[in-house]
Amino acid sequence: MSEPVTMLATPIRIEYEFTAGLAQSRYLKGIAEGRFLGQRCPQCQKVYVPPRGSCPTDGVPTTDEVVLGNTGIVTTYCVVNVPFQGQSIEIPYICAQILLDGANIAFMGLIQEVPTAEIRMGMRVEAVWVDKKDLGPTMASVKYFRPSGEPDAAYETFSEYL
Amino acid sequence: MARSVRPVAVVSFAQSAMVRREERLNDVEMLQPVIADVFEKVGLTKDDMGFVCSGSCDYLVGAPFSFVGALDAVGAWPPMRESHVEMDGAFAMYEAWTQLQEDDIETALVFSFGRSSMSEIGRVLTLQLDPYYVAPLWPDPVALAALQAQALIDSGRYGEADFAAVAGRSRRDARNNPNAQVSGDPSTEELLGDDYVVAPLRRHALPPITDGATAVILAAGDRARELCERPAWITGMDHRIETHALGARDLTSSPTTRRAAVGAGLLEDGGDGSVAVDVAELHAPFAHQELILRDALGLGDGVAVNPSGGALAANAVMVAGLVRIGEAAGRIMDGTARTALAHATSGPCLQQNLVCALAAEPAGDGRR
Amino acid sequence: MAESEVLRAPHVIEYTYTRSTGPVIGAFLTGLRDGKILGATTPQGRVVVPPTEYDPITSEEVGELVEVGPSGVVTTWSWAQTPQKDQPLERPFAWALVQLDGADTAMLHVVDAAGPEAMSSGMRVTARWRPAAERIGHIKDIECFVAEGSA
Repeated sequence: MSEPVTMLATPIRIEYEFTAGLAQSRYLKGIAEGRFLGQRCPQCQKVYVPPRGSCPTDGVPTTDEVVLGNTGIVTTYCVVNVPFQGQSIEIPYICAQILLDGANIAFMGLIQEVPTAEIRMGMRVEAVWVDKKDLGPTMASVKYFRPSGEPDAAYETFSEYL
Repeated sequence: MARSVRPVAVVSFAQSAMVRREERLNDVEMLQPVIADVFEKVGLTKDDMGFVCSGSCDYLVGAPFSFVGALDAVGAWPPMRESHVEMDGAFAMYEAWTQLQEDDIETALVFSFGRSSMSEIGRVLTLQLDPYYVAPLWPDPVALAALQAQALIDSGRYGEADFAAVAGRSRRDARNNPNAQVSGDPSTEELLGDDYVVAPLRRHALPPITDGATAVILAAGDRARELCERPAWITGMDHRIETHALGARDLTSSPTTRRAAVGAGLLEDGGDGSVAVDVAELHAPFAHQELILRDALGLGDGVAVNPSGGALAANAVMVAGLVRIGEAAGRIMDGTARTALAHATSGPCLQQNLVCALAAEPAGDGRR
Repeated sequence: MAESEVLRAPHVIEYTYTRSTGPVIGAFLTGLRDGKILGATTPQGRVVVPPTEYDPITSEEVGELVEVGPSGVVTTWSWAQTPQKDQPLERPFAWALVQLDGADTAMLHVVDAAGPEAMSSGMRVTARWRPAAERIGHIKDIECFVAEGSA
């Protein structure tokens, strides 16, 4: 016959119905209303966003909801030059850890409207949302973050989040 | 692994209600009250734990890091000594018990959780099979268990009425278990009227699909005595594995369960003795498997088997094995049993088996 | 928040795994593509089918591969009256462990039979192969087994 078989394709596909639970549902409903909701731990008082329902340091339910604003700080970032399957963003693009004002944990976001050479730690940014009519309980409601024009935050104000 | 060198005991056990679907809470929210409960029973916190070990699987909800992310329910700061296994929590407890043998820690938290309802659980479990020869045929766990049940029938030792008797007894006993999912008082006749799902297994011979979480706390020596009036001492623990090639095994017996019982100090090596304990909690998700396990261990009529209702009453994947240990330990802690055996299984058709020997007294070896 | 208010969404995980086979599994799959079933011989003289790289009991390395089957005996079976996604047949069928002539272990596959009454442990079955042009080196190159004499 021909060449011996040396590889085997074994595709896997599994379907789920994912339920978001209480904390994540609250968060996404907030996103659908155009705002970021965090939760505060009653023990350490830290505010977590997106909230998971339990404080990651104390292991107690985070019951208090906190409305956070649209602005925050880039604590760190990277400029991505590597294309990947399924990408919808043009490379190079900036991926950053964003610490919203009032939050005690940063989350990952896309930065646009700034040349890659100008991104820096401490840059203050603001969220850019989709049009109100397009808001939904999905992170696609937040298009990206862009420089807010405010002066950079001092390193000491965010160094503990690095 | 031989008998316990350092006396270690289960001092606390907690579990969530075992339900068909937990759709309101996410994994962290479902687990958190169980963690709070297991600590509260002994007045400890996560800061008192020398080691934390857990069992679950990302494929249950299909989200990366969904397993390890559940540490949010415990609180992982200050940094802790932590490990986790993509297996039932019973095997995580084996690791924790092994760590406690090392002497530099006194306590350990073990937990497990899983929501089987989120997925096509049969397909998820197919992922554990041989990826070249078996998984591409996509045999579901019921199909494979049914092969084992048919082999057992062919051996002449048991028939469908015996499977139904196990199922009926399990449901009756589950009525006394507030956490059980499936309970009732069906007659064998009624059960034999169920349709086959995959012949020769009818609906009652299968485990329910369950969402739930559980946790135990282990403590060593004097620390266990401080925390608990009647610690459930682990006098031995062992885990054995058979080949994953189904066709190379005798599916009607469980030599690894017997081997693990020897390793746990419950049987003499090479003898044809029986395990003599007051209570045995056997992790038998399929009714016929209880019969195979009873035979492997030589359990006589004097042993109360699965007073909790067993895995036929609730079978949260990744959780039910640790629940067997907790339930068995619970009988010692509440004073209703002096000796107990807990068994956990993993893999298709009882491929891997763990046996945990528990007693009201530690194995005497002089160590504290 | 009531259960009805909790957000839910369908979610799929999917991956096109491609696995290297190594010389033993590769030889077995090549055999299937070529319309034959191979087993591995162990130092004790047992023939393991499907072949493993090592004796499943003693862990010794296996020796040469030999042809087995294409007929054999059903050692146990179960009846899939509701075939699930991706399973070998779309009509009800039997799962079976088949010990092929010349083999000392059984392999898992399916038997195409009219109903559970047509199945029994100990019955002889024969492989029904997919057409040669469709065989790629996959366990499904064997479409199914059928009662011997009815192929």
